[in-house]
Amino acid sequence: MRTTDVMQFAFGSLAGARSRTLLMLLAMSIGVASVVVLTALGEGARRYVVGEFAQLGTHLLIMLPGRSETTGGAPPLFGETPRDLTLGDALALLRDRSITRVAPLTVGNAPVSRGSREREVTVIGATHDFFPVRHLEIGSGRPLPAIDPERSANVAVLGSGLRQELFGGQRVLGQWVRINDRRFRVIGVLADGGESLGQNLDDMVVIPVASAQNLFDTPSLFRILIQARSEADIPRAQLAARDIIRERHDGEDDVTIITQDALLNTFDGILRALTYTVGGIAAISLAVAGILIMNVMLVAVSQRVAEIGLLKALGAPEQQVLRLFLVESILLASAGAALGVLVATIAIFVLRYLFPVFPIAAPLWAPLAAVGVAVATGLLFGVLPARRAARLDPVRALTGR
Amino acid sequence: MIELDRIERDFVVGDETIHALNQVSLSLPDGDYVSVMGPSGSGKSTLLNVLGLLDRPNSGRYRLDGVETTEQAEEQRASLRRNHIGFVFQAFHLVPRLTAADNVGLPMLLAGVDPRKRRVRVQEVLDSLDLTERGHHRPDQLSGGQRQRVAIGRAIVMRPGLLLADEPTGNLDQHAGSEVVALLEQLNASGITLVVVTHDPTIGRRARRRVRMVDGRIKSDIQADAHD
Repeated sequence: MRTTDVMQFAFGSLAGARSRTLLMLLAMSIGVASVVVLTALGEGARRYVVGEFAQLGTHLLIMLPGRSETTGGAPPLFGETPRDLTLGDALALLRDRSITRVAPLTVGNAPVSRGSREREVTVIGATHDFFPVRHLEIGSGRPLPAIDPERSANVAVLGSGLRQELFGGQRVLGQWVRINDRRFRVIGVLADGGESLGQNLDDMVVIPVASAQNLFDTPSLFRILIQARSEADIPRAQLAARDIIRERHDGEDDVTIITQDALLNTFDGILRALTYTVGGIAAISLAVAGILIMNVMLVAVSQRVAEIGLLKALGAPEQQVLRLFLVESILLASAGAALGVLVATIAIFVLRYLFPVFPIAAPLWAPLAAVGVAVATGLLFGVLPARRAARLDPVRALTGR
Repeated sequence: MIELDRIERDFVVGDETIHALNQVSLSLPDGDYVSVMGPSGSGKSTLLNVLGLLDRPNSGRYRLDGVETTEQAEEQRASLRRNHIGFVFQAFHLVPRLTAADNVGLPMLLAGVDPRKRRVRVQEVLDSLDLTERGHHRPDQLSGGQRQRVAIGRAIVMRPGLLLADEPTGNLDQHAGSEVVALLEQLNASGITLVVVTHDPTIGRRARRRVRMVDGRIKSDIQADAHD
């Protein structure tokens, strides 16, 4: 039998039993669509989180005072009190060639007021380099000036939300605000930044780090953001930063350095696993669809006993009958899979339209795997009915005995 | 040439063994016209199934055109069926979703004949059966007589040497029935060996050779000179 004839014959018998065919197409397409859509959601979540981290800045290392590792052993009787990180520490880091920028940060909460309006917001003490390191964009005015970090200056950059609350629609650049009991001149406003890792960048004010240290009366730093020269320099920058701090802290290794990539990789791994899991759960519906195909094909075989007997009487060998029924199952499964991919594409498109912030996208492997599994399911669950058909006794089949 | 030599076919029903064919020997020269008659359960359908290679005897020899068939693998028997034997059934057994032309062409489709050659041959057969205008009709759009003619067309499309008809007129009225018999006889006249299994004595009597079966044995095998 010619291949085109086999296809046509199988197609004809599918088209001949419309409701049965539609039912199976529906089952198969729901299975495939759910696999694709769910993995797309998982992938979307992954991309969202990865995107959030990327917003933090590139080639970033974060240095925190104190050690986070637990070493085991006896509790330290003469415990090492972590030394504070200081501006001097931060500036010393720049000695290494693998480190291009550092942004020492002091963070605290303080009331910011203008006239009678007052807001309690996060005050970030930073330097000029904080803006490029953190990828912060200035909406209007200027960022903090590139002055000696040790010098204080009474200038401030407002978050756009804070600006709105304090000034409304009025002119803001060059105006004065009061933070605690000090006066600062507004030199810039941040662009609408939205959120980054749950931290609302709109409700904060950035002032020079030395001024913030005065304001909060502390010589220590909250953390130091370190930007490595390149992706490849990150491990070197991490080692160098640790060495430099150890040297300055009398040989004590009392800082924790987190690389952004390590965080990113962790989340990336978790969310990838999540995506696979969700995809795997959805694949169960494919198996269910496969079993449905098997059942309906078995019914089809018993409904078409006379036809099968006839084919055998007309000289179709068992192999041919087997092939005809297998092709039918596979055609069904493939058509269902194609339909499912189409439905999933539309669903993803609609979801993207409804939730533009959430970067939903099916990873390339998802539709491929779904279609592959669907066709394999059709083949696998098609074998039993096809074999039953092929082994029918033509005499019994024709007489309906 | 068909030679059956001491064919036995037993069925086990419950704990009872039924001898559907009991030491049946029969020899049909090419172009023979045989009717097989007998009461229900006499084994005439089983005989037809054995002749048509649909059923395998428990013992005995069956040579079709000099080829010993009883030991053959199913694959080869299917090929013999395809190329040498045509079936006509009481219930027609047309595929309902296929047109008359496609039903006629079905054996050629299964045999993998080139579609162009197929179309030419199918048209030829339809023309010879007076079904030229009915090629695109589905079975449910055809009368009983037309359906049986389509089934006969399907049986002869591969130009077999042997045509087996099991109660070919059983589902037809008098008029359509005699038309179908006339058509079968016309095919026999052109050289095809025709075996008709029937209950109907008027049809049975038309055959040159009349085999009567009772209880799985051939009771009588009469050669008539002309139609009664």
